[in-house]
Amino acid sequence: MNAARAASIVLGREIRAEMRTRELLQTTIVFAVIVVVLFNFAFEPSVGEARRFGPGLIWIALLFSASLMLNPSFAREQSNDTIYALRMAPASSFAILLGKTLANLLFLCITEVILLPVFSVLYNVPLLPVIGRLALVLFLGTFGIVVVGTVFSALATQARLRELLLPLLLLPVLIPLLFASVEATAGLLEDAPALDRTWMAVLIAFDVVFFTASWLLCDYLLEE
Amino acid sequence: MKRYGIANVVTAALLFFAGYAALFIAPDEATMHAIQRIFYFHASSGWAAMEASLIVFVANVAYLAKRNPQWDWLAVSAAEVSLAFWSVMLVTGPIWAHPVWGVWWTWDWRLTLTLILWILYVAYLILRTLVTDPERRAVFSAIFGIFVFLGVPLDYLSIRIWRTQHPQPVVFGEANSGLDPTMLKVFFYCSGVMTLLMILLVRQRYKLERLRYETEELRLAAEEHEEHVDARPGAPASRAGKS
Repeated sequence: MNAARAASIVLGREIRAEMRTRELLQTTIVFAVIVVVLFNFAFEPSVGEARRFGPGLIWIALLFSASLMLNPSFAREQSNDTIYALRMAPASSFAILLGKTLANLLFLCITEVILLPVFSVLYNVPLLPVIGRLALVLFLGTFGIVVVGTVFSALATQARLRELLLPLLLLPVLIPLLFASVEATAGLLEDAPALDRTWMAVLIAFDVVFFTASWLLCDYLLEE
Repeated sequence: MKRYGIANVVTAALLFFAGYAALFIAPDEATMHAIQRIFYFHASSGWAAMEASLIVFVANVAYLAKRNPQWDWLAVSAAEVSLAFWSVMLVTGPIWAHPVWGVWWTWDWRLTLTLILWILYVAYLILRTLVTDPERRAVFSAIFGIFVFLGVPLDYLSIRIWRTQHPQPVVFGEANSGLDPTMLKVFFYCSGVMTLLMILLVRQRYKLERLRYETEELRLAAEEHEEHVDARPGAPASRAGKS
């Protein structure tokens, strides 16, 4: 079985499992919205300030949500012992990891589709005029988050205190991604919106470096 | 064993002389005066920290390639020692910065990068404490260590770009721009001694890790042996609950 087909089967399985309960998605979305709402009580930003700090808020909310959402990705396999079935499946460990990464990418993108309009309305920051370019930044940033996050989810699952450990491992490694995504998003919220090429290059570099690393190291990750 | 005793004594003497050189041989700095002398320990600890971090990365890759637990012992030893040296940097830096820059901390790229590395090595060591199985712990921390190391150039890059876009709050120029030759000599000497100290500390920690590993192996072997004895037919039912 080739890797793409195996990965799509794993992806389909993740989506089916999620659609039966939708518990992961609904919890993540509500958590992200709560972070965005709390920001108002903590800082009480004016419209100008919301524009200035909005990109940081969006990405902090996404990073925090992801570091919680990605935990069940492998923890569920562990508690149901389905991880053994996955290992025995005639699929390479890269295909399994890729399928899970894509599923997480999809779930986090759905969260963003809900989160951004909420942010836009609550803080009076119009996002529609730049939606295409914003979607590109969001996609590249989200991809980086889930690539590293899915690998670390597999690491954290077999440790004690895994729910606490995952954010602890994930957030500091994502610092360059946070820099690049926030600055690229900020460029789109200025009066003359522009897509900053330098930051896009950093984002793409981050994605390529860590995608390659997870491809090279995935065999060690899923071994018995 | 005796060799290391001698190495320890020699390093201690060299370190003592480094203190003397930094305080009395290096000339007085024109604007910063005495406080500048902390630089000889601050910057040389930075070198030692970087070297130790490099050892961690090499050991991580070597462990995944060879699966020899010795590489894992080396990785954890170097990680702890590098964390110690990064901590020295983070403590001596603000002591220097407060009188010179007027602030304890500024988000200059060097400071930011040091802080990020410090956090990452703390995370690395915490991950190790939370995985029980020795082999799994070694594999997982090696994977995490490699991810950390791959992220460093990206951290450096993004902080540099970020910093050139934002105004610098720093009052003075770079501390080591146009260093006096004697200052340079003292600095190189101190860096050399710190590297020596780093190597000795890693070695000592490595020995400790090896002992830990051996004790663990012995404990497991003893447990296995006991189970074996208990399972033997006709074995005396010495344990509680067996009769």
